[in-house]
Amino acid sequence: MIEEQEIDLLLNDLFDIYGYDFTSYSKASLKRRIIRLCSLDKFPSFAELRYRVRTDPTYLKRFVEEITVNVTEMFRDPSFYKSLREDILPVLGTKPFIRIWHAGCSTGEEVYSMAILLKEANLLRKSLLYATDLNPSVLEKVRKGIFPLTQMKQYSESYIASGGTHDFSSYYTANYGQAKFNSDLSEKIIISTHNLVSDSSFNEFDLILCRNVLIYFDKDLQDRVLKLFDASLGPLGYLALGTKETLKFSAVQNKFRQLNREKIWKKMM
Amino acid sequence: MEKNDVTRPCGILLIGGSAGSLEVLFKLLPRLKPDLSFPIVLVLHRRSSSDSSLTDLLSSKTTNITREVDDKDPVTPGIIYLAPADYHLLLEQGHYFSLDYSEKVNFSRPSIDVTFESAADVYASSTVGILLSGANEDGTEGLIAIKKAGGRTIAQDPATAQMPFMPHHAITHSEVDHVFDLTQLAAFVNSLVGARSDR
Repeated sequence: MIEEQEIDLLLNDLFDIYGYDFTSYSKASLKRRIIRLCSLDKFPSFAELRYRVRTDPTYLKRFVEEITVNVTEMFRDPSFYKSLREDILPVLGTKPFIRIWHAGCSTGEEVYSMAILLKEANLLRKSLLYATDLNPSVLEKVRKGIFPLTQMKQYSESYIASGGTHDFSSYYTANYGQAKFNSDLSEKIIISTHNLVSDSSFNEFDLILCRNVLIYFDKDLQDRVLKLFDASLGPLGYLALGTKETLKFSAVQNKFRQLNREKIWKKMM
Repeated sequence: MEKNDVTRPCGILLIGGSAGSLEVLFKLLPRLKPDLSFPIVLVLHRRSSSDSSLTDLLSSKTTNITREVDDKDPVTPGIIYLAPADYHLLLEQGHYFSLDYSEKVNFSRPSIDVTFESAADVYASSTVGILLSGANEDGTEGLIAIKKAGGRTIAQDPATAQMPFMPHHAITHSEVDHVFDLTQLAAFVNSLVGARSDR
């Protein structure tokens, strides 16, 4: 059994040696991930995991990848995407240029979903999608735009439920069990590492999507990140969170108004 | 060292269920006392699309407040919480919830094991876990964790379960304290007394 104090020691190491700050992550989830990694990589004790992390920078890469959650899917919560189609894109479409930030994008399934929406609304050519994550390796997957073919049936159903009327399979080429998404989608995606904990605002956006990322942060860090989003949104910009996340009770709640039943807020001031 | 069941405080009551468990809850919830002195957390396997109608349905069966958990909600006695669809539900040391969208466990998200283990970590011996009907192995590891932390574990009598596999698996692979039918379950839950010390 791993004690809270041991986890704190490990987190301090990560910050002192590598500058990764996980100290404000939700402890229960972090602990589960660390126990899982200990058994996955067959460490006989927690001390040996800690030693390996301290001394082996290549293992650090795996460690960060595994303790952060990189599960995502295309068109998750179709009603959310329907609202983007019907309520948000028509407003963004009036702008000469559209900047969208997918913060904590993981392997990029949501970024490609967004690119498809923009393409169908005839807005892709004047849009840029910034996809950021703290893991360089997941960003490599975003760059490639290759996802498992086995998922496509479900993604196609979600796409249709989101109001999609095209043949979903026209957006990718199937090969060797993989679906490679078309390059006209990926060429509008700008990829960069960005750590929401330690990095600051880097542009002004019309829409920021950060869905199911804040759940891994404690309340204080959530507040800090929401302030970062506030600082990164232009006037009347939109912020989209996961279905169980909220701006309510946060430091920025008075500056935003929730649009509808979906977790989309508009910046009012 | 085992304290009498009646006087041992209950910091949190967890109820896990899969196929066939809703019917049990629909009968159990109306029999529970109003103003429960402990929180109840329901972890049910359900379709991944979030349908908040399940909360309404459960809510109609009890006078206790019933709500689906939002991220970082505090855990408050007297409230019946439902794990949201397609998230794992975790408990934090400060007695609040957090959500997690990591890989499925036992083909399930929410997984009963994940919530039970996490709650046992926080509520230790004041944890009470009940496992209802289901056709899956989920829940057994969670009950083992609760037991190990000094808490109490109950399985629905498989003979009364629409899907006996899940409680049966728990009974044969862990040491559950009690095997109860619906009437016994209701009496047991109504005999539980909240832990005041943690407030």
